Amino acid sequence: MAAVREVPPDNDVHDEVLAATQRRRAQKVQIAAFFLFVALVPLAVHNRYYLHILIVVGLNLILATGLNLLMGYAGQVSLGHAAFYGIGAYVSGILTATYGCNPWAALLAALAVTSLVAWLVGKPTLRLRGHYLAMATLGVGIIVVVVIRQTTGLTGGAAGLTEIPSMTLFGRELQSNMDMHYFYFVWAWVCLLTVLFANLVESRPGRALRALHDSELAAQTLGVDTAAFKVRALVISAAYASIAGTLYAHSSMRFLSPTPFGFHTSIALLVMVVLGGQGTLWGPALGAVTITAIQEALRPYADYDIVVYGLLLVVMMIVMPGGLSRALGALYGRLRERVARHRAGDVAR
Amino acid sequence: MSEVLLDVDGLCKDFGGLEAVKNVSFQVRHGQIKALIGPNGAGKTTIFNLITGVLPADAGSAVLGDTQLLGLPTHRIAALGVGRTFQTSLLFDQMTVLENVMVGHHLRGRSTMLTAALRIFGAGAEEREYREAAMQALDRAGLAHLAGRSAAGLPIGQRRLVEVARALAAEPRLLLMDEPAAGLNMRETEHVGEIIHSIRDGGVTVLLVEHDMSLVMNISGEILVLDGGQRLAEGRPDEVRNDERVLAAYLGEDID
Repeated sequence: MAAVREVPPDNDVHDEVLAATQRRRAQKVQIAAFFLFVALVPLAVHNRYYLHILIVVGLNLILATGLNLLMGYAGQVSLGHAAFYGIGAYVSGILTATYGCNPWAALLAALAVTSLVAWLVGKPTLRLRGHYLAMATLGVGIIVVVVIRQTTGLTGGAAGLTEIPSMTLFGRELQSNMDMHYFYFVWAWVCLLTVLFANLVESRPGRALRALHDSELAAQTLGVDTAAFKVRALVISAAYASIAGTLYAHSSMRFLSPTPFGFHTSIALLVMVVLGGQGTLWGPALGAVTITAIQEALRPYADYDIVVYGLLLVVMMIVMPGGLSRALGALYGRLRERVARHRAGDVAR
Repeated sequence: MSEVLLDVDGLCKDFGGLEAVKNVSFQVRHGQIKALIGPNGAGKTTIFNLITGVLPADAGSAVLGDTQLLGLPTHRIAALGVGRTFQTSLLFDQMTVLENVMVGHHLRGRSTMLTAALRIFGAGAEEREYREAAMQALDRAGLAHLAGRSAAGLPIGQRRLVEVARALAAEPRLLLMDEPAAGLNMRETEHVGEIIHSIRDGGVTVLLVEHDMSLVMNISGEILVLDGGQRLAEGRPDEVRNDERVLAAYLGEDID
């Protein structure tokens, strides 16, 4: 404490506030650069298959970002996140295909339904400490798939829901067979949801989440209603999944079956978040790209990708528990330091 | 005598047969520094946990101003103006020192998840305002140079100061401090004493649990001695120091 009592220079206050502003500005530049890069991708990639994969990456990125808010910030695990994705997709699909709803109205309806389900799951379980949410979401994940399969009249059951109309934008149909348009549409959503996420985590409610992750007791002592904040994190996380679901329903397949919304996908999402780096801005992006690539590469071997996920999780926990984004960040820091030292050495000589 | 801020009456807590707190009553007055002392297991920290709603009380009451605290959840009690620091400084280790103090502003903030994400209805201004305010609080505490550091790596003395700054950011009326000098050396303990004085001078009433007798005797206006969950004695430091029952309870321990 002796060091503490030495009066620090006055400009410290100003410097730190300035540094925070700079950090935020740097983050904005990163986000802008990333999406500018994405916007240029279709100029180089004409292959429809690759564009389709990039759309899938975008959907996975939305899903992983939502799950990251829940896992990385609020410290709660969802083992059935694909269920929220499925609810979003099916509500959108059914309302537009069967009832001729406007796709945007259906998007909002899907958001409402998914958020309500998430709230109903979270409200009773998140009052308790421990892994009750993981258990409850695991159950919801199973139930949702069963309901989709069994309510054949509504969802088309295992045979699937067909003839889902295209998304519209300003009254014009987004021809979903023109993948380039849909690519931009999906990635515009990714961009919007990433910016909202970046805003949220650097704010009063975002810090409340991180605080309760570290110590629920200390957070409560400072007035944070921890149970309510955990529920809100789950609802927002589910809302992200719902938007991804709606976007999936209107993608080029224009067809929904229960398969993509099962346990398998929930695990893949979990691995994306852990692999990329929980609680970081760029973790979900790294995770979504990596896992989508692995999924595509292993497509001929179908269900065996889950073995790879298991291995990845184990290896990650041992080698880089902070995930890819933190490991890369540390590597970058070391490189810069080495370069700086090298330069200093040159000057000294 | 100034008016009563906290009125604890007949407080009881039983841990499956072990009576940790037995019918304890005491009052804390506005602007006072009051200490709870007693041997290990006397029930001091349990009383803090009961007052702050961390544990449910079996019987009794704890009234702040004119509001009954018992039965309310911890975050509501915090909102009523009861702050707390912990024996093992519970900092948010994944955050910076500055962010820790910013969580202290939580109660005064208005932004919700929606307004914060969209940066509407003044959420952006609120963020900047609290960043400035937290920075100034750190500056006053002499911790400005640590603002950008991760809380996880701080030595114990600095952790405690950050925790106090964070608790004060919530602008409590009453601050409960659980062993603020635990693990500190003599110089640091003296500094903590000065800080507690300045907290009181800033208009915050302080109730502390402490084992360091020199600190307790120096700063407290009034001392409540507990033993085995029961009230043993209460009074000014010089009265308590010479109380025979207290001496007996502390047999072998040096009260000066």
